[in-house]
Order: sequence, then C-alpha cells, then structure tokens
Amino acid sequence: MEGDVVEYRIDRQSGIPAYVQIVRQTEQALRMGVLRVGDKLPTAREVVAATAINPNTVFRAYRDLEQAGLVTSRRGLGTFVTRSLARPGAEDDSPLRADLAAWVERARAAGLERDDVLALVTAALDASDEEHTAQKQRPQHKQEQQEQQEQQQQQQEDA
Amino acid sequence: MTGPDEPAALSATGLGFRYRARGGWALRDCGFTVPRGRITALVGRNGAGKSTLLHLAGGLLRPAEGEIRALDSVPGTASARSRVALVTQDKPLYPRFTVADTLRMGARLNSRWDPAVPERVVREGGIAPGARVGELSPGQRTRVALALALGKRPELLLLDEPLADLDPVVRGEVMATLMTEAAERELSIVLSSHVLPELEETCDWVLLLRDGRVGLSEDTGTLREDHLLVTGHADGAAALAGHDVVHRRTHGRQLTALLRPRGPLDGDWHVTHPGLEEILLGHLRGAEALAGDLKEAA
Repeated sequence: MEGDVVEYRIDRQSGIPAYVQIVRQTEQALRMGVLRVGDKLPTAREVVAATAINPNTVFRAYRDLEQAGLVTSRRGLGTFVTRSLARPGAEDDSPLRADLAAWVERARAAGLERDDVLALVTAALDASDEEHTAQKQRPQHKQEQQEQQEQQQQQQEDA
Repeated sequence: MTGPDEPAALSATGLGFRYRARGGWALRDCGFTVPRGRITALVGRNGAGKSTLLHLAGGLLRPAEGEIRALDSVPGTASARSRVALVTQDKPLYPRFTVADTLRMGARLNSRWDPAVPERVVREGGIAPGARVGELSPGQRTRVALALALGKRPELLLLDEPLADLDPVVRGEVMATLMTEAAERELSIVLSSHVLPELEETCDWVLLLRDGRVGLSEDTGTLREDHLLVTGHADGAAALAGHDVVHRRTHGRQLTALLRPRGPLDGDWHVTHPGLEEILLGHLRGAEALAGDLKEAA
C-alpha cells in the first residue's frame, strides 16, 4: 500500500501544535480502521507539499508515533503502521455505530443542528469522565483525559 | 543542538551597520546564532534592520563594526558565495529575458546548478518557459526568482519578504515549495516577513529585530512553552512584578499581559498559552510601549 491512505489537515488557527495535530489524526485513523497494520504513512515531503508546514514538524510527529509503538520507520523506505488502535466497537458495521447513527437521526428529526449534537455528546462524555474521576478520587491533571480514554478502551476490551 | 560550537547557519557578534546617507545606525550591537537546518523567521517592524541584515549576510553590504558569518564563512567570499543564495525584495531579473533564458543563465553562472528543481518550481506555478519575465505577475516573478536561487542548490537560502505582494493561495504554494526543498535535503532558510500567520507552522526559529538590535533569537517551541497570556483585574498588577512582562495592556478594570513567568504566578488570573503570532506581536509591541513610557518620563 502506498502512502496515500491518509491526508493530514493542519488547522493553523486551532492553537494546537501541528505535530500534535498529525499525531492525533493518525491515532484517529488507526482507531477508525482507516489506517491498518502495514500501511505506509505519507512521506514528510508529501505532507509538507500539501500543508506547507515545517518538515521537522512531520519528523517530530512520526518520532512520537514511533515511540508510542504505533509505527516504525524503515530507512529509505518510509514509515509503516505496526499496531492498530481499532476497537471492535469503532468499525463501520459495529452495533455501537449503528446505535449512534439511529440516535443522530432522532436528534436531526428533533431539529438539532450539528453543533447542538456535538455539544450534547461532549457534555455526556464530560459527565462520564467526571464520574470516573470521582470514583478514582484523583487530582485532575492535564494528561488525565488521555489516561481516561485509555482506561475506557481497556474496560471495553475487558468487557 | 544549539551550543556555541555547533555549526551555525548565520551568526553575528557586535554587528553594526550605518547607511552613510541616512546617518543613524541601521544595526547596532547585534549578536546571535541561528543553528543550521532551521527555518528561521526574521521579523521586525519597518526599519528594524531586516533587509540590512540579509544584505550583510548575502555579502551585498560590509559591516561597519563587528562581524557576521554565513555557514561559518565571511559573506561575499568564494566559499560563502557558492553555498548561500539571497533573493532580495526587488528580485533583480532581466525583464526582456524569457523564463527559459533566465534559467539557462543560472546554469551558466553556477557550477553546482541542478536544472531539475528550478524547472519543477516554474512548472508548478503554471509558468510558460517562453514567457517574458517582464510580463509575469508578481507571484510568478517570485517563483522565477526562487527557482533561480534553488537551482544553485544553496545550503543557506536568504529571502527578503518573499511573501509580499502575493495572494493567500500563492503564499501557501510558495511556502509549500520551500518546505518541500527543506524536507529533501539539508537546507537552512532565513526569511523576513510581516505575514505572521504564515510563520506559525513553518518556522522553527525566530530572529526578532527591534530598532536595529536583536530582540529574540530562539526556538519557536521554547517561545511557545515559555510565554503565558494572562487576563485579570487591574488591581492585581503587583503580582506580575518579578516576572518578565513582555507587553501589558489595561482596559477599564481589566489587565491583559504577555509574560515569561519566573516561577509560580500569584493571584487570580485567567491563563492561556498564546500562539506564536501573539507572542511575536507582543514582543514587537512591547518595544513601542516601552518607548512610550520613556517619552512620558522625559
């Protein structure tokens, strides 16, 4: 598979560093199954030609992904996916996704706009996070959200 | 990585320059080291000395005092000339030459000429090789000037306001061309620009000039990590003493300040991490506010 599986979009107004955006978009693609084990990530040249960001930014993002054990770089060949983040629940034909699609239809029928839906989902996630935090009785940290996500994924796997 | 013994793309000590006709110093007491492999934004307000610095780095001017080194060589010497390319604001091209003639001239004048890169840069801009340079749009002329500079296969590329006169689409394309070159081989770039948003994700080093002196010479990541934008009640201003306040503004009861904290911040502040553009604006404005204070004091 050539490096045309994903395309990165860099939002310069977001205030999120470009390397973080690349890492997050890669992780999301891995979670959604858009990227699979063996796929080649776009080369730094391809990313840079499409987004006009600093090539060192791409190298840094790929290094972070490599340290996380998600990809490996093979000298002269490129950067390849070594581990998938796809959860059984996140695939196109999963029951969770079908439930969500049906719910979105109901929300639309009730007259909710895209932003209303996103706000509802965010609020529900926040409430769930808070509940988990309260259970753990731990102080709030920056990395907490990410850890919680990982915990939730772990719980899903265990279930 | 940025130690004093590392090879530098551009460095200066005690650098000063004055234009005879204008009298005052255009640059004074400038000392900095820009590491190699960086894409450096040279920023400053009009008249801060950006063009003068690039002309000195390219060997078109000689320092009045102190010294400047490009790739550790004296600008203008054979060793520097073959490895450094400078595109000045006026982009000196022969208007009656065709684009193809211009590139042929580049090949004649440079022993290290690589025809592939300039041809691609011109082709990607949709420029016909037979078009006369004098009939090109500003964006196309910038492309041809860049093509000529990149054909030299420089190790250091100096660009004076390459984005001026370009529409947003062409600006993006030109930056993409530059970043692609930097991705493919060891290339340091120093570019002056007023278009701060374009620099946000392209430059990883900042050289900021203020009234002919160096205000900042730092890694952009460090700048982002070190600066905070705080908003709070103006009565709490005393809590900011002891921190490096770059710029502050009071509006009614509200105080907004850009600062580099030295230790924990006391008081009730809403704290955010500013983007690069906001940090640079703060440093550019900071000088002005300071000048205003001095005037009031006088």
